[in-house]
Amino acid sequence: MSGVTRAALVLGLGFLYAPILVLVAYSFNASSLVTVWGGFSTKWYAALFADAPLIAAAWVSLRVALLASVIATALGTLAALALERHGRFRGRSLFTGLVYGPMVMPEVMIGLSLLLLFIGIGLDRGLLTIAIAHATFCTGFVAVVVSARLRGLDRSLEEAAADLGAGPLRVLATITLPLLAPAIAAGALLAFTLSLDDLVIASFVSGPGATTLPMRLYSQVRLGVNPEINAASTLLVALVSVAVLGASWLTAQRGE
Amino acid sequence: MGAPKQDRIVARFLRLPPFVWLGLFFLLPFLVTLKISLSEPATAIPPYLPLLDWQGGLDGWSSFFEALDFDNYLTLARDDLYQAAILGSLAYAGAATVVLVTIGMPIAYALARAPRRWQPVMVALVVVPFWTSFLIRIYAWIAILKQEGLLNLILFKLGIITHPLVILNTDAAVMIGLVYAYLPFMVLPLYAVMNRLDPTLREAAADLGAGPVRVFWSVTLPLSLPGIAAGAGLCFIPMVGEFVIPDLLGGSETLMLGRVLWSEFFSNRDWPLAAAVAVVLLAIVIGPVVLFRDSLRADGEGA
Repeated sequence: MSGVTRAALVLGLGFLYAPILVLVAYSFNASSLVTVWGGFSTKWYAALFADAPLIAAAWVSLRVALLASVIATALGTLAALALERHGRFRGRSLFTGLVYGPMVMPEVMIGLSLLLLFIGIGLDRGLLTIAIAHATFCTGFVAVVVSARLRGLDRSLEEAAADLGAGPLRVLATITLPLLAPAIAAGALLAFTLSLDDLVIASFVSGPGATTLPMRLYSQVRLGVNPEINAASTLLVALVSVAVLGASWLTAQRGE
Repeated sequence: MGAPKQDRIVARFLRLPPFVWLGLFFLLPFLVTLKISLSEPATAIPPYLPLLDWQGGLDGWSSFFEALDFDNYLTLARDDLYQAAILGSLAYAGAATVVLVTIGMPIAYALARAPRRWQPVMVALVVVPFWTSFLIRIYAWIAILKQEGLLNLILFKLGIITHPLVILNTDAAVMIGLVYAYLPFMVLPLYAVMNRLDPTLREAAADLGAGPVRVFWSVTLPLSLPGIAAGAGLCFIPMVGEFVIPDLLGGSETLMLGRVLWSEFFSNRDWPLAAAVAVVLLAIVIGPVVLFRDSLRADGEGA
């Protein structure tokens, strides 16, 4: 590696990580001022765990993410199987558009249009409507992950099972799905993280009493820098890092 | 043999649930939005008139079509604010895409040239911030960019400035936020393409006497164009509709469509107008989506 390429890597990664590291450092700063280091302290973490609305919002987010990721994983896996294993059917381009469209659709558009639908059909807004919205935009991401794995699978295994007399459902259940398991798990983690992170869509489709963690953080952040939010951010960063490392470990299993 | 028939039944069973779900929660809402963008605001709850009267039968349908009006779109076309927001969204997203290509290229190139052993770790390092809360990563920049923030403190201590710079709530802050948030989206597709480039091409060019800069310009860069297209599409499209970055880092004069839609909806409560803004936003985004479809798909395979 030449000096120039090494410098590009160091600067690039430095740019990506500096703000996050600054946030983590400030979360342990006893002073609430950004420019003053008041010594090491964990008092903001104590304040965080005493902040009942924030804890409640975190619970709402976790429940939404769990429900949304279960639905998105099921739908995304089915969509990937339909596209990769039974690819030729009428309405394929409509189907593809429906699955991958939400990934490129602006979030404000998804949020607003779902809210208008929920009001139109008279569905009470709350935890359930947020989960429905999240499942809808996460399905495409699960489908991408599962499709990539399906394309890499050795089809001869499925063909051998079919030649030995297994019906398509049997092949799916005993050969394809077990081989897909790591990708499905990675897709589920991805959907879970995306749901946990969403502010814009949730703000549109939530109702009274269903405030997610990003919604709560956003309302605090608008008021300015707040050391308690730094502490919350540090915990979230740690949680997501573990989830990402887990997901990349699961996808790395594919070659073995 | 019943196998092909059984196969078809299984296939139909596989696509039915996603079809129904996404038709109901993705396609239908879009049609409802389109419809509401063509209706008038009202002070009732919900604050718009009229929605289709499902019980009205044929009369319902005819009154449905009579009630459609394009006032909201005319408002958007006439009002300077909305024109500025449309141009602003395109300008911010376009400028940020150019900056992203410029700084993404050397980073992706360095990743692709790093020792094989280290590449997975380095790619993971690029990916981790991208999965870290978007809101928090943008929030982090407030502490850095504000007047009594970290950047001004460092510049002051170094003796570079005597008065604090005003960066937060300006265009510069929005650009920094956009570039920061979308950098992984640019680096990863570029890396995916550069990683697959045949090193013998570079070696051949070097053997024929080309210097490193010449090799980059006449071999690496042209062969990386598919990655640049994918990265530009992946960044430009969501940036056009961005809300959080202009809202937290921008000033009151930072006009972008996502933010205008948000305030039209939550502050002014003009839902039909917000719906019209959403339709315009989609119309702007759909061009690049179709244009970049092939390169975006290629990237999906690489990921």
